Amino acid sequence: MPVAFPFSAIVGQEEMKRAILLTAVDPTIGGVLILGHRGTAKSTAVRALPALLPAMHVVRGCRYGCDPDAGNRRCDDCKAREAAGEKLKHDKHAVPVVDLPLGATEDRVVGALDLERALTRGEKAYEPGLLARANRGYLYVDEINLLEDHLVDLLLDVAATGENVVEREGISVRHPARFVLVGSGNPEEGDLRPQLLDRFGLSVEVTTTTDLDARVEVIKRRDAFDRDPEGFTAKWADADMEARKKIERARKKMEQLKVPDSILRAAAQLCSAVGTDGVRGELALLRGARALAAFDAAKAVTIDHLRTIAISALRHRLRRSVLDDVGSSVRVERAVTEVLGAA
Amino acid sequence: MEGNASTPELATLDLPTRIELSAALLALDPWGLGGAVIRAPRHDLAEAFVARVAALLPVGTPMRRLPLSIPDDRLLGGLDLAMTLALGRPVAERGLLATLDGGVLVVPAAERVGAGLAARLTQMMDTGTVPSRAPGARDLATARVCLLAVDEADVDEEPVHPALADRLTFRVDLDASPLIELFRADDIAAALRMLPEVSVSDVNLATLVSTADMFGVESLRAVRAAVRVARGCAALDGRRVVEAQDLATAAALVLGPRATRLPAPPAEPENSAEEPPPPPPSDEQQDNSDDAEDTDVRELEERIIEAMQATLPMGLSIEPPKRAPKSGSATGRSGADRSGGVRGRQVGTRRGDPRGGGRLDLVETLRAAAPWQPIRRAAAAHRAEAGTSPAAPRVLIQVRPDDFRVRKLFEPAGTTAIFVVDASGSSAVNRMAEAKGAVELLLAESYARRDEVGLIAFRGAQAEILLQPTRAIAAAKRALAALPGGGGTPLASAIDRAVELTMRARREGNDTVVVFLTDARANVARDGSGGREAAMRDALQSAKVLRAMEGTTLLIDTSPRASQLAQDVAAAMGARYVALPRTDARSIHAAVIGAR
Repeated sequence: MPVAFPFSAIVGQEEMKRAILLTAVDPTIGGVLILGHRGTAKSTAVRALPALLPAMHVVRGCRYGCDPDAGNRRCDDCKAREAAGEKLKHDKHAVPVVDLPLGATEDRVVGALDLERALTRGEKAYEPGLLARANRGYLYVDEINLLEDHLVDLLLDVAATGENVVEREGISVRHPARFVLVGSGNPEEGDLRPQLLDRFGLSVEVTTTTDLDARVEVIKRRDAFDRDPEGFTAKWADADMEARKKIERARKKMEQLKVPDSILRAAAQLCSAVGTDGVRGELALLRGARALAAFDAAKAVTIDHLRTIAISALRHRLRRSVLDDVGSSVRVERAVTEVLGAA
Repeated sequence: MEGNASTPELATLDLPTRIELSAALLALDPWGLGGAVIRAPRHDLAEAFVARVAALLPVGTPMRRLPLSIPDDRLLGGLDLAMTLALGRPVAERGLLATLDGGVLVVPAAERVGAGLAARLTQMMDTGTVPSRAPGARDLATARVCLLAVDEADVDEEPVHPALADRLTFRVDLDASPLIELFRADDIAAALRMLPEVSVSDVNLATLVSTADMFGVESLRAVRAAVRVARGCAALDGRRVVEAQDLATAAALVLGPRATRLPAPPAEPENSAEEPPPPPPSDEQQDNSDDAEDTDVRELEERIIEAMQATLPMGLSIEPPKRAPKSGSATGRSGADRSGGVRGRQVGTRRGDPRGGGRLDLVETLRAAAPWQPIRRAAAAHRAEAGTSPAAPRVLIQVRPDDFRVRKLFEPAGTTAIFVVDASGSSAVNRMAEAKGAVELLLAESYARRDEVGLIAFRGAQAEILLQPTRAIAAAKRALAALPGGGGTPLASAIDRAVELTMRARREGNDTVVVFLTDARANVARDGSGGREAAMRDALQSAKVLRAMEGTTLLIDTSPRASQLAQDVAAAMGARYVALPRTDARSIHAAVIGAR
């Protein structure tokens, strides 16, 4: 099986890497939207995640990859098996990163009647879809701006509730589907509806780096990887391991971290200064700042954390005319300086 | 140049040599290079190139063609429905990509590959695996397949999907001249043994990166591909170290066709007065070329640039650098294949394979299977007795693939709005600002309705498609803002372009609305010559073609007072005529909305 390019060896693109790592610390931040041109390491970063993230315990034989310690949040199958007196065993698996290709049918995504069993055995059974596979991991949609709106809607719904409810062809199934949606796309090839934009936790704009040295470094590493994937990956294993430990520590620390009232107030002010509707912006700000503080092993969430995360958390929520060319990042930056003071 | 006798003089990179080199390199490193986009004036020429690659590949390398309508189960692997039903137990079949691992897939009519198929192929190219749908297969199957994409598009049709094209290393533009043969399969085999040992110095890597930068090649994927090509060239030449000629060849084959601008002239201030200012990133090049006092490096760069001359895109060597090269390729190819009809309201059932995206109608399927049950049971019993097949399992009802009924769904088609804006002298004076304002309002509305928007402008000798139908409104706005005014009124040519876009939109299953903003004072004929009479005759002729397409058409007369001329043209093209003697953007907008 081909090995993936290691996460730690990606040159630059700090904002994107940070956003992805923070969702590993706290998946409830919500999805990440990555906008940028081709060849900017978007797919590489996402596909590096299974090797980077801490492995997870999975109930053996569970079709939805349930967490053995999740108690009530496990799927009905697991609960039924336990109720029947079975002692559930578990294995260690890499965090799933599932690709959702454009043109995937709704059946394929949410799951559908298992044709094979229906027709050969006359049984009415459910065949899980991509959402089941992505449970507890990442669902990656390249060119999400070209995905049909009703599918994007569906994905964001499931991602928000953490549950996939299937009612079709006489099947009635619900199963846990907690995943982080990562969407990427090139805005020049189509826009995402504003209603959908708002529902991503963080957004990132990636550009090809114009710094020549950085570009040379990208090519050098890529060339080294192409020539000897295993050797190159081994060389970066320590760096990946360090990031993994940082994530594990941050996850533990998250629970103790308190967000002071002053930060809550500042977040609210920031949102009203840029004019975002609803509470999604504030939630993303707070969760993002808290995950960042935990990742940095800070004692408390500070204004600096808020400032760092502000652009990613807010830039895609601004109300603007579709024809307005003024960059959203600039407007958020201005508001940050106004409300939080200069860095 | 040293090297063994069989290798060509790589410095003379004429077209036949480049084509042969591309074939050799593909045969040497098929998976690493991803593949090629092949364009040819005739189909048999493309086939000849494919055959040439096949001849150079190691014996036994699998090669197949991709049927564009391939269902996921066949492409990625899944359930063999016919066998499953016949045997009464699940039978998995491997997908085309997995069976081709290490081989080559020929993609005919690659410009027709929609976003869905392209996404599946790019996923394979990025990860070297495919997600199988075969029963019980949670795992991925290894699939490292080289794609030879034959682009059969007409010049003005949409090119191969950009996500796919970006990952295919070569652009092979064939002409009618015969292929030459510089390599033998043995050479490739020898180079293959050499390839893992070939090294590239850091200076040489940096040179390729800066060359890409100079020519405005943004995607680092292209540079990475160029590095692999350079290594392949060295291996073909029997060397373990990449040298200058390899870099030149790699740049010519990979970077040249992707260039979006020419390098800024090396700091000669007197030149800058007549040349337009170079785009922003060139600052760094200036610094860079200052730093690079080292004459070796400079010589190397000159050599590379010289080699690239032949492969630069047409027009690039004459035109000043373009700001937004991407907007041209920002086509409105719809996100998911709309023809699938996998959503919407059910209007009936049809025979079909439920795995192709259709939703199975179970009741209708069983109803279709019902009349055949006695015959099928008897046949199965007979076969079991004769011992030609294992005893059939106790199946309640025997279903064959032919019985499948899927739901026929009705999906409202999307709309493509095509704006045809008269930017000629007569119109421009008063109306350009209003026209632009109106189109902007319509764009905003189209955005809300998720329509696609295309833009045609006409002035001077010919009409020009400024924007292929797209949903990227920002691109539309930019194209509009940059629209200059003045010159003749080539109305016939404008109508022809509108017909062209209408036909294309229809092919994708969209409805069309064509909106003309013009005073219809045609004075340039279709062939570009002047003269009102000929111009008008051509315009009325073209108008009839548009009328035959039976779409919604609207002509907004922008002349100072309602003109008979414009009314005649509107009548000929079957358009609603709206006279707007004195008006603003909002009333034009209102008129268009009213026409729908």
